[in-house]
Amino acid sequence: MAELLKVQDLETQFRVREGIVHAVNGVSFSLKEGETLGIVGESGCGKSVTVMSMLRLIPSPPGKVVAGQAFYQGKDLLKMSDEEIRHVRGSQISMVFQDPMTSFNPVLTIGRQVAEPLEIHQGMSRKQAYERVADMLELVGIPKAKARLNDYPHQFSGGMRQRVMIAMSLVCNPSVLIADEPTTALDVTIQAQIVELVKELRDKLGMAIIWITHDLGVIAGLADRMAVMYGGYIIETAPVKSLYANPTHPYTLGLLNSLPRLDTDQYRRLESIDGLPPILMDKPTSCPFAPRCTFVREHCLQENPPLLETGPDHYAACWVDTKTGRERA
Amino acid sequence: MGRFIIRRLLYMVVVILVVSFITFGLMHAVPGGPFDAEKALPPDIIKNLEKRYHLDEPLVMQYLRYLNAVFIPQFSSEGLTGDVEDDSLVNIKITDTFWIKWMNFGPTFSSRSRTVNDIFRQQLPISVQLGLNALFVALILGIPLGIISALKQNTIFDYLSMSIAIFGVSVPVIVLGPLMIWIFAVTLKWVPATGWGAQPPYVLGVFPSDLGWKYWEKALMPSIALGLGSSAIIARLTRASLLQVIREDYIRTARAKGVKESMVIVRHALKNSMIPVVTILGPMIAALVTGTFVTELTFGIPGMGKYFVTSITNRDYPVIMGTILLYAVFLVVANLLVDIMYAFLDPRIRYD
Repeated sequence: MAELLKVQDLETQFRVREGIVHAVNGVSFSLKEGETLGIVGESGCGKSVTVMSMLRLIPSPPGKVVAGQAFYQGKDLLKMSDEEIRHVRGSQISMVFQDPMTSFNPVLTIGRQVAEPLEIHQGMSRKQAYERVADMLELVGIPKAKARLNDYPHQFSGGMRQRVMIAMSLVCNPSVLIADEPTTALDVTIQAQIVELVKELRDKLGMAIIWITHDLGVIAGLADRMAVMYGGYIIETAPVKSLYANPTHPYTLGLLNSLPRLDTDQYRRLESIDGLPPILMDKPTSCPFAPRCTFVREHCLQENPPLLETGPDHYAACWVDTKTGRERA
Repeated sequence: MGRFIIRRLLYMVVVILVVSFITFGLMHAVPGGPFDAEKALPPDIIKNLEKRYHLDEPLVMQYLRYLNAVFIPQFSSEGLTGDVEDDSLVNIKITDTFWIKWMNFGPTFSSRSRTVNDIFRQQLPISVQLGLNALFVALILGIPLGIISALKQNTIFDYLSMSIAIFGVSVPVIVLGPLMIWIFAVTLKWVPATGWGAQPPYVLGVFPSDLGWKYWEKALMPSIALGLGSSAIIARLTRASLLQVIREDYIRTARAKGVKESMVIVRHALKNSMIPVVTILGPMIAALVTGTFVTELTFGIPGMGKYFVTSITNRDYPVIMGTILLYAVFLVVANLLVDIMYAFLDPRIRYD
């Protein structure tokens, strides 16, 4: 499969009164056609900022992409003119946001908002666009879609609104869909429905997906590949099976141990990761996870580990082999 | 919506009654009377005057008499008679000898031949014209200034716009008016210093029938002078509101869809940011169109403004009642219009 998106050494900072927040520190990943990449990590680890930087949606000031490239079909998104990137957004790479309650404009009808990408990118008249919009809403499971085009967002429930949001992002047949915690604001049954819906749509439309979440359970059945982020770094990346079967980085291990599982002893205590998320004001010279890590060595405090190959197509940024407890050569 | 408007108009009747009661009570509680003068009139004359204007009756009777004249439609065998005692604002002819008359606000004490309705007919339209002009100035100046300073926050454009706004609120008409007259009328001689260009008959009883230069050469300066202060308030509100709206999630959604930056503002942000601005418009309209004492005095405009002030110092009871009730009606109606505007701006707001 051809490579669709290639992000290299992406670095994003926010200048605030107290100093510089290093939100993303040299993140690299790539996405093939039709592939689904899951990005997981705790709040504030830089997941959203990474994809927003890619599409240049970071509010600037205070945010600034200070280094890196993001190639989409061979062209660097970060070097495009405003006009060029505008034509990529919503037509070739589109986004679904976390909170369907606040992500719709309350004063415009659903029809107008969903039709907007078609009018902008494909030059459709509103009438043509509305027909396509009705089909699209039908496809994401909005009953009587045609009759609801003139409804306002507040007339839809949260789950329905997220379906509309998905319809809006897919209406121009993009090749990449970025879903930024699309299920976080929804209750569990609706979450499952939305995940199922996205799977179905992926099979039908064949777009590649970047799915950002902090829920390892949601992403397991959806992603082909996973990237775990911590403190603005990707600290482990692997095919989804390999990651869940052989988590290598101590942080990934900690995350997985903190999940309840059906296939283990039901009286097992859920573990938590000690300590607090890192403060991003200073770019660390040590491993960013070192202060919370149970495997910590002298080396970890002296040098920040790069991504090291730990298995077939499996990379982790850790000096320590967590299986043996020995330092990697 | 229809039911909502009707209900609000019914509330208005209650508001007007309460306002009339409080105003009536207060103005009679204030010491002094309409016929007090430096050189006291002979007691017999005062007695006659008081008898003529029913001031010798108990206050309750006077109040009821007033309510009856203003609020209750009267039947009469003839139309307008020219009698100061019998001058109604609304005169409906049923047959030649049967008329329904409504809203007799009474004669003025300060002029023997004029009624409060004469003031409404002759002075009010001028004040309304000036007020609407000023409102127009306030909006076309205030909203763009607010938008510019919000979009270019913390740049020279922001500081410049907000400086104009600060200038607008902090320099009162009493300073700005004479300054403008001195520059544009006295020095440059572009426009006349004072006066008002519109003459009756007015379109719809209010608007000037000729909107040519003859009207604007006199209207321009006072309209700008009066509108500048309000434009500053609108500019600051627009700025604050727009700054908040452009940080909303749905603005990010719009950008992520590839909407042009100019359309993000026009289509997605502006309508959402207008609600606080519309809110302030209610009281602003009421204050502007019922006449502004200082502006009208500065530019020699024969509007209503002076009656708000002089009627109180003169204890001209019918004029006090008339002007205050008029203000109350404008305030209630303007706020009703604001509430109706809300429903158009934000579909989540529904009245029933």
